[in-house]
Order: sequence, then structure tokens, then C-alpha cells
Amino acid sequence: MHIQPILAALRRHKAGTILIALQIALTLAIVCNSLFIIHQRLSHMDEASGVDEANLFVIQNMWGEQYSTQQAAGRIQEDVATLRQLPSVQDVTATNQYPLKGGGWDNFVTMTPDQRTATTDASYFLGDARFLSTLGVKLIAGRDFRPDEVQNLGLRQNVTPPVAIVSKALADKLFPHGDALGKSFYAMSSAPITVIGIVDVLHRADVSSWSASYTGESMVVPLRLAVPSGVCYIVRAKPGQLADAMREAPKALYAENRMRMIDPKDGLLSFAEIRHRAFERDRGMAVLMGIICAVLLAITAAGIVGLTSFWVGQRRRQIGVRRALGATHGDILSYFMTENLLISLAGVAIGVLLTFGLNLWLVTRFTLSVLPLTYVLGGIVILLLLGQGAVFAPALRASRVPPIEATRPA
Amino acid sequence: MFAYYLQLGVRSLKRNPMLTTLMVMAIGFGVAASMITYSVFRAVSGDPIPEKSSQLFVPQIDSWGPGRNEKGEPPGALNYVDAMALMKAHQASRMTLIYEVMLSALPHDANSVPVSSEGYAVTADFFTMFNVPFLYGNGWSNADDDHRVADIVLTSEFNQRMFGGANSVGKSMTLSGHDYRIVGVARHWDPKPRFYDVWGESGFDNPPDFYVVLNHALDLRTDNDGRNSCRGAITYQNWDEYLQSNCVWLMPWVELDTSADVARYRRFLESYSADQQRAGRFGWAPNARLPNVTQWLELREVVPPESRISLVVALCFFIICLVNTIGLLLAKFMRRAGEIGVRRALGATRHEIYAQYLMEAAAVGLAGGLVGVLLTVAGMSGVGLLFEPEIARLAHVDVSLVGLTLVAAIFATVAAAFYPAWRAALVQPAWQLKSN
Repeated sequence: MHIQPILAALRRHKAGTILIALQIALTLAIVCNSLFIIHQRLSHMDEASGVDEANLFVIQNMWGEQYSTQQAAGRIQEDVATLRQLPSVQDVTATNQYPLKGGGWDNFVTMTPDQRTATTDASYFLGDARFLSTLGVKLIAGRDFRPDEVQNLGLRQNVTPPVAIVSKALADKLFPHGDALGKSFYAMSSAPITVIGIVDVLHRADVSSWSASYTGESMVVPLRLAVPSGVCYIVRAKPGQLADAMREAPKALYAENRMRMIDPKDGLLSFAEIRHRAFERDRGMAVLMGIICAVLLAITAAGIVGLTSFWVGQRRRQIGVRRALGATHGDILSYFMTENLLISLAGVAIGVLLTFGLNLWLVTRFTLSVLPLTYVLGGIVILLLLGQGAVFAPALRASRVPPIEATRPA
Repeated sequence: MFAYYLQLGVRSLKRNPMLTTLMVMAIGFGVAASMITYSVFRAVSGDPIPEKSSQLFVPQIDSWGPGRNEKGEPPGALNYVDAMALMKAHQASRMTLIYEVMLSALPHDANSVPVSSEGYAVTADFFTMFNVPFLYGNGWSNADDDHRVADIVLTSEFNQRMFGGANSVGKSMTLSGHDYRIVGVARHWDPKPRFYDVWGESGFDNPPDFYVVLNHALDLRTDNDGRNSCRGAITYQNWDEYLQSNCVWLMPWVELDTSADVARYRRFLESYSADQQRAGRFGWAPNARLPNVTQWLELREVVPPESRISLVVALCFFIICLVNTIGLLLAKFMRRAGEIGVRRALGATRHEIYAQYLMEAAAVGLAGGLVGVLLTVAGMSGVGLLFEPEIARLAHVDVSLVGLTLVAAIFATVAAAFYPAWRAALVQPAWQLKSN
């Protein structure tokens, strides 16, 4: 294929050529960055919680009366017993929060009591001896809590538990040599806390970008949240009986003691709903970017079809002349395909610069990470194929122009 | 003349339905994407209290010091000791302290279950500082703050739920087992974002049910239901010790009328911090800030990054649609070079050709705008899928948005048509006539 005559012809259609190239360049920049954002959001949504999501639900229980620490602790034990008696319930634990809750309670962690800047930050779960088994969290080293280790935590009290179970991510952050078991640390406490168990995965309560540098770092301490405001019950239903358990549990609680508040909107949530809510922003962003990418590619393709069709119409006579002089269908077809390829190549060349420019702006403005090269390469391939695909129909039409056109006036 | 050009434009558009549809759809999609994301952005980035946003300030004191503060910035709220010291100093014309509380309310019939209600513990100036409108009664006075009375102001929504909307001023109500005297019912007032509580909350969640006297809430040890942030080893063992701790949880606001007042208050914060350093409470140099409402919202990053990114991406998308339109208009106009030649030969000036083609573009723009309005309305119902409900419900279609959609579509298309129309106007009549 001779490129020289194509370039000569393009020089006579500067505006159209530049517009197509520009459109391809801009499309590449947007599509690459959007796909990257989609990928990041989807991988955030895929984060494992470490718990048995299919069978869990959460009751956010607030007390309707002002209880003292002892009263609240007693009420909690009654509630837990009530819930455990339900035929559809396998187990129950009382806690302050749950993975993927959003926000929540976290404590800074230090290696010495007077260390000024914290080593890391860990999501702080209050749990009893059935916390791990109820949630279905996998203990990979050490032991679970004993019932006698669990202490009450009253209003603005500060109880430092002597022991804690930590997630593997936290254990590795604090003790990179893998010997966390039996070692101790400080979690905003003046007394040390000893690691007695390590669990595989226990997602933090928080899901925001603030937590990104502390991903998976959480700890469970043997405390019972006996404060006047309320407590959170995590209930594990027997397999396949989640709906029954969710229907029966609030009824049973109200029947036992009606001076409580379970919010009709947020008070009773299945874990599926919790996951859905936690990643609402990410899903929305991914969907929006996906729609924009799809429509953008369609519009760019349509634009190429439109402009090339116009060029074909304009050059019917010249095509006729070439055909009369012996050019085959294939020659004409490949002429237009090559022409598009040249424009597209120019477009993606500018586009690569725009892509990294836009990415750089997103990185500085929104702390997005740097775009991997594979996305740009993928984007280039997509756009080149898109261009070739879009130009094929008009080019085929051009190749069918009969040689007789050469004799007709334009 | 314009009507005639418009008629010509519509006729020409009918001649290539494919190309026209393509342009109209491109503009429609581009403008709709921009408008949907803009409507969300508009909803979250507005000035919540335009009449006073430059007179209201957040005093920030670094009570944590280097290594513990927020990357050099003071914490976003005050601890009890500093908050009370600022209140007592009376250095601003008005000042309030705010914290979130959650109380249980028992509706009157005996068999009902308690319902949770959320509100704020505030000081008297809250209502005057933020121009809270009242339906019945009023807020309480500074003297009531000092006497630590059990006064409460209900919001009209909560008053509706608890008293069926009747004037409840003077009545008494029980919340979490304690009696409160209702002194006022506020008219619907829910600034978006809720600027006075964006340290711990998004600023777009459910509005409060009531406001209670802060000093009384402290006396009752009503726990803070909002954000609480502490540093170092926690040593408190009970409520009173908690109040003396370095935990920050009280949101302070001051009203300062003139720039001289602002400068004076800034100096006061510095000197207060210096005093604390001298007294040995702070082991570091004064580090105080005094942002106004706008700066505070910026600092707290109240506008979700998702909203900004999607607006930017949608605008880029619109630009690409316009580039696409330029190319298609160019193709469309140049295809009619012969026609232009005839018109020019019959005496039409370049100017008239130019005007005619811009009008044609305007017709495309109008059609694109109408498609855009339809897509915006349709897309708006899908906003709930893209953003969190609390933010999505703020976005809505109104007359100004529809108007903006149409204007943006027409303006952008006409702007895109400048170059193609100019090229059309340049057509040489003699050359066209000869070649035919």
C-alpha cells in the first residue's frame, strides 16, 4: 500500500482529519482513565469481609431507658439468650460494630506506651467468646476468648483488656517477622495488650479511602459494650433460614423487653444489604463510568462513519477513475482502511499524552493511583479496532463504486 | 429572515436523517451527561447559608500537637476544656457549641414502643447565629444556658410526629426518662450541606429532631452520639475524667461581623494557645485556624470526590460530542457547496451564508437540547443508582436546569458550527458553477 498518495489526499481534508484524530485522542484519554477508575472501584467492592456473609444479619439495638452499666450488661445477656433460643438462629454475639459498617471505632496502635506517632490504626471490635464463631471468622493461630475474660465497658469508661485477637494484616504490620502470637502492643492504652489469637481476614468497619493504608487491620478485644445508648447484635442464621431469623429476631426481642428501639430503616440489615450500602459510591461510579465509556465509543464510531461516508461521496469520481485505471475492489477498500489507520495512529499518539495528562490531574486532585501501562495499551487497541470497524462499511461502499463513475460529472 | 433560515435548516436536516440523528443524539447525550452530574454537583456544593457564610467561623486550636494533629493541622473540633474556655472568654459577638445526641422518645399511648430521636445539644446563640426560623415560640436565652435549664426546641417535623403539628410551646416532654420544657418549634430548616456538623457527618444525612440546652445535656451526662477523636493513651475512667481528656467532640462556631473582629479573634486564639503553652498544657507553639463557612466546607471535603470526578468526565464527554459535531457539520455543509455557490451567485453575501448555516446549527442544537432534556429527566431517576440516596435525593430537575440544558446545547452547537459555517461561507461561487 502506498502511503504517499493517502497523505497527499489527507492534506486536502485537513479539518476533517484533525477532527477525527482529535476525537480519537480525547476518547482514548477518557476511556483509559474511566476503565481504570472502574477497575479500582470494582476491586474495592470485591474486598473480602472475612465473615460468613450469606447467613449473617445485624440488629442495631438502642435502649429505650437509661441503664447503668450493670443493667445494660444484664439486658444484653438476656437478649443474647433470647435470640439463641430461636429455632432459625445458630449463634449471636454482642458487639459495637461489624465489618463494612462504614466509619466506626478504631484505635491507634503503638509499640511502646509513650510513642508519640502511632505505628498504625486498627478497627476496634468489642467481642465475646462467641464473636469469632458467630461471624465465621477463621482463627489461624492461637486461641479464642474464654467467657471469663469478657469485661463490661460502661459509659466513657476505659477498660484495657489484657488480651486481643488480631487480624493477620495487623499482625504482619506490627510484627513483620510473623511472630505476633504472645507479643504485645498498645492500643491507646497505658497497659500492654497481648496477642492471643490471629484471624485470617476481618475487614475493618470503615470502608472509606481514609482506611486504604490500613486495609484489613483490625482487632477484637474481650469487652461487652454496656453503655446507656445501645449495642449491636450480630446474628448468624442456620443455613437457608436467614429470612426466617430476620423476621423472628426483632419480634422476640420486643416480646422480651419493649423498651428498645430498632430503627425500621437501618436497625435490621442483612449482610448482603450491608455490603450493598458500603460500596454504593463505588458501584455508582463504576456504572457511570461504564455508561460514559460505552456511549463515548459509540459516538466516536458514529462520527468516523459519518465523516468517512462524506469523503467517499465526495470522491466517487476519483474512485471511479482509479477503478477504470485497474484498481481492484481490494485496493479501494484498503485505501480507506489505511487512511483511517493513519489518522487513528496520529490520534492515539496525541491521545497517550492526553491520557497521562488527565491521569496526572486525577492523581494530584483526587489521589487516584498512577495509570498502569496496560490500560493505555488496551485503550489503543480498542480505539484502533473501533476506527477500523467504523470505517469498514463506508470503505466497502467505496470499493463498490463502478468505474463508469469516472465519466460522470461530480 | 431568521425564520426563513430556520426553515431552510430544518429542510436540510430532513435531507440526511442519519447524519442529523447522529448529531442530535451526540449533543443530547453529551448535554444530558453533563447536566445530570452537574445537578448533583450543584446540590452538594452550594452555599448553605449565603447571607452569613462570611461571618461565621470555626475556631480551631491545636490541642494535640505535632505528630498527633492532622498532618500539621489542628483537629476539626474542640475538647471540653478548650471549648468551655472559649465560651467563657466572650471574645466573639456570638458563639455556640454543638454536639450530637440520641434520645428515646415515647409516643403518648401506653402500648407504643419508644422511638429514637436525634438532635443536637447547643448553646443559646445557635438559633440567632444560623438564622433558624421559628414556627412557634423561640430559642432560649444566654441566661438559660447559665442556669442550665431543661429547655428544648423541636423541629416542625418532630413536632408533627409527637404533637400532630399543634403549638406545643410550654408543654413538657420526656426524652430518655428526663423531662424537657418545649420553648420553641423551628420551621423547616435543613441547610445542605449541614455545614455546622460536617466534622463527623457527611452533611447530607437526616435532619435533626430537636435542639437541647448543652449545659443541661452535660449535667445529664448525655453521651455524644457523633464523632469523638482522642490521641495518646486514654486514661479517663468516667464521664468527669472524660471531659478533662484530650478527646475532641464539641463543634464550636463563632460569629464575627467585621474583618477587624476576625483579626482580633485570630489574635485571641493565638494568645489563648500561648497561655496554654505557658501553663504547660500544650508542649508546642500556638497553631490556631479560623476558617469561615466556605473554607470550612472546602477543608472538610464536603463535596464527594465522586461528584467532582463525574462532573469532569461528563464535561470531557460533552467536549468530545462537540468535536464530533464539528466534523459532521463540516461534512454536511460542504456537501452542499454547489447549493452555496448558486446562492452566492444570485447575490447572497458571505455574511448571509454564515448566518444561514449558524441557524441550521442552532436548529440542531435545539433538537439536541430537547433530547438532552428527555435524557436528563430519564437519567435523574437513575441518579439513585449512581450516588448514595442521601446525595441522590438532593439532585432534581427544575426549570433552571431545563433552561440550562437547552441553552447549553444550543450555545455549544452554534459555537461548534463557527468553523464549518465559515468554511461554507468561503465557497467560491464561480468555481462551483464552473465545475458543474
